[in-house]
Amino acid sequence: MAANTKALKTGSHGIKMSLGYRITDVIIYTLMGLVGIFTLLPFLYIAAGSFATDRELTERAFFIIPRVWSLNAYKYAINNGNILLGLKNSVILTFFGTIVNMFLSTTFAYPLSKKHFRGRNFVLNMVIVTMLFSGGMIPTFMVLRAYGLYDSYAALILIGAISPFNMIIIKNFFQELPLELEEAAYIDGASEIKTFITIVLPLSKPVLASISLFYAVGYWNDYFNAMIYLSSADKYTVQIMLRNIVLKASAITDVMMDYYDSNGAPPDKAVKMATTVIATVPILVVYPFVQKFFTKGVMVGAVKG
Amino acid sequence: MADSVEKRKGYRKIVTSEGKVFYTKDPGFLAYMMRHKGLYLMLLPGLIYFIMFRYVPMGGLVIAFKNYSPFQGIWGSPWVGLDNFKQFFSNQDFLILLRNTLGISLLQLVFYFPAPIILALLLNEIRHSWYKRTVQTFIYIPHFVSWVIVASLSYQLFNTNDGLINMLIQAIGGSSVPILTSGKYFWGLIVGQDIWKETGYGTIIYLAALAGVDQEMYEAARVDGAGRWQMMWNITLPAIKGTVIIMLILRVGSILNTGYEQIFLMRNDLNVAFAEVFDTFIYTRGIQNAQYSFSTAAGMFKSIVGMIMVLGANWTAKKAGESGIY
Repeated sequence: MAANTKALKTGSHGIKMSLGYRITDVIIYTLMGLVGIFTLLPFLYIAAGSFATDRELTERAFFIIPRVWSLNAYKYAINNGNILLGLKNSVILTFFGTIVNMFLSTTFAYPLSKKHFRGRNFVLNMVIVTMLFSGGMIPTFMVLRAYGLYDSYAALILIGAISPFNMIIIKNFFQELPLELEEAAYIDGASEIKTFITIVLPLSKPVLASISLFYAVGYWNDYFNAMIYLSSADKYTVQIMLRNIVLKASAITDVMMDYYDSNGAPPDKAVKMATTVIATVPILVVYPFVQKFFTKGVMVGAVKG
Repeated sequence: MADSVEKRKGYRKIVTSEGKVFYTKDPGFLAYMMRHKGLYLMLLPGLIYFIMFRYVPMGGLVIAFKNYSPFQGIWGSPWVGLDNFKQFFSNQDFLILLRNTLGISLLQLVFYFPAPIILALLLNEIRHSWYKRTVQTFIYIPHFVSWVIVASLSYQLFNTNDGLINMLIQAIGGSSVPILTSGKYFWGLIVGQDIWKETGYGTIIYLAALAGVDQEMYEAARVDGAGRWQMMWNITLPAIKGTVIIMLILRVGSILNTGYEQIFLMRNDLNVAFAEVFDTFIYTRGIQNAQYSFSTAAGMFKSIVGMIMVLGANWTAKKAGESGIY
């Protein structure tokens, strides 16, 4: 469209339109810049506060650069909280969870990607039913507890090990792959499983990367399942730890203006901010990769419906 | 290998990747299964997963029609017919749940649903791709952080004591506003969080639709003297109409799903009258109070209504001449 604008400027009624265009452009560009900054502002405020002293936090309402830099909040958060344990647990859960999900989703998707596969429609309908209807929170909880999975990461992993939506994206991708390579492998006498591992999976790297990230971010960010299914504190994930530090009974303390934890030490504002930053940083570190693949993944999903 | 196969009276039609068509005698299902045992072996783990973790819980819904007690087990507990449902509907909480759920959903529909469409249309007007990419990079970020982080940020921005907003209000001489602890601000708080977290990411799907628009259409319109708004109305909006309708179907279909992780985190004793929705209610009654049968009935009601909503919305879209989603 840039070329068009240029053409207009030199065109017969170009001058007038181009001026109107330019004014609207300035408004739109400014507005979009403000939307971008506004989105980041809460993060910047928290990050700045986490490096500030408690005194500065009570004196100044809003700042992006602290006057006095301090790492005390981080020292306190790391020494007195369980946030590091939470991070470790979340890494373990995310790592194994993503592996299990990818194993189950790809092996399940491959046979369904073969149009000649007998039973395909039956199984696909079975999957679509689960997208429309489910047992719901309580029956699922009772069943998983009956399987002996309560208070284990297995519960958190198996409750959503195959997302029907993601599985169908993978299936559609497999379906689009050229068949010649697979055919050549069959002719060479390779089994279907071997063909899948040596030919199909390597060709599917883009979709596998996208879906892995979908799953990994899901595990990392999950709070509700972890809260329902985990009871021992040493298994808590980073989300539960963060919630306990920043929010637990926050409404009540908020009203009573009483900020004392069990040690009697005031868990100051900066510590809460530092804990929030510690829990946010891992996602921001992987964000560049995530952004690239998520956008692709959404495109794949959008195109295929 | 065959591209596509259809059954025909004991024969199977096979179309090869070169497009040749021939018929082969159908060897029967068992023989087929033996020949493709690798495929069935691969299907098996996922199939077991779906049965054990998706279908068995569906079977667990029978306890909605029973008075479940842990000692008698699912099968030993006595049948009570629709008593649990009657109890749920006649419960004074039911209307409150319905009001809160529909209130939040309608606010989302009015304010949160159009937000990514408007943002995508504005982003589409940006011609400097570096600027567009930078804005996109910023506005996608909140989608990837957890609701716990959103709740933590909200707490630190809005709490009455030392939250940023209230500190600013006090600095200009106002009195603090109990945003987090008063029911009347709760719906706005939830929809505001939704808008902040998901609007940016929500633009992707509309931008993808806009990327498919032939740029020559704009040029042709420009030659005919069309202005920015005329082009937006006649070219851009028709291009995303189908996507908008599909997203609307999904939105309407999930009208009872008000994001329970988010609401659960923001709910507290002081705003609960406006914060209790179906999922938080089911959680409290079922998992905290162990009223399994009652809460299962409540959950089943929600699942069934949700399914009817999705199918109904889909049917409406097809009637209106748009392609549905199922």
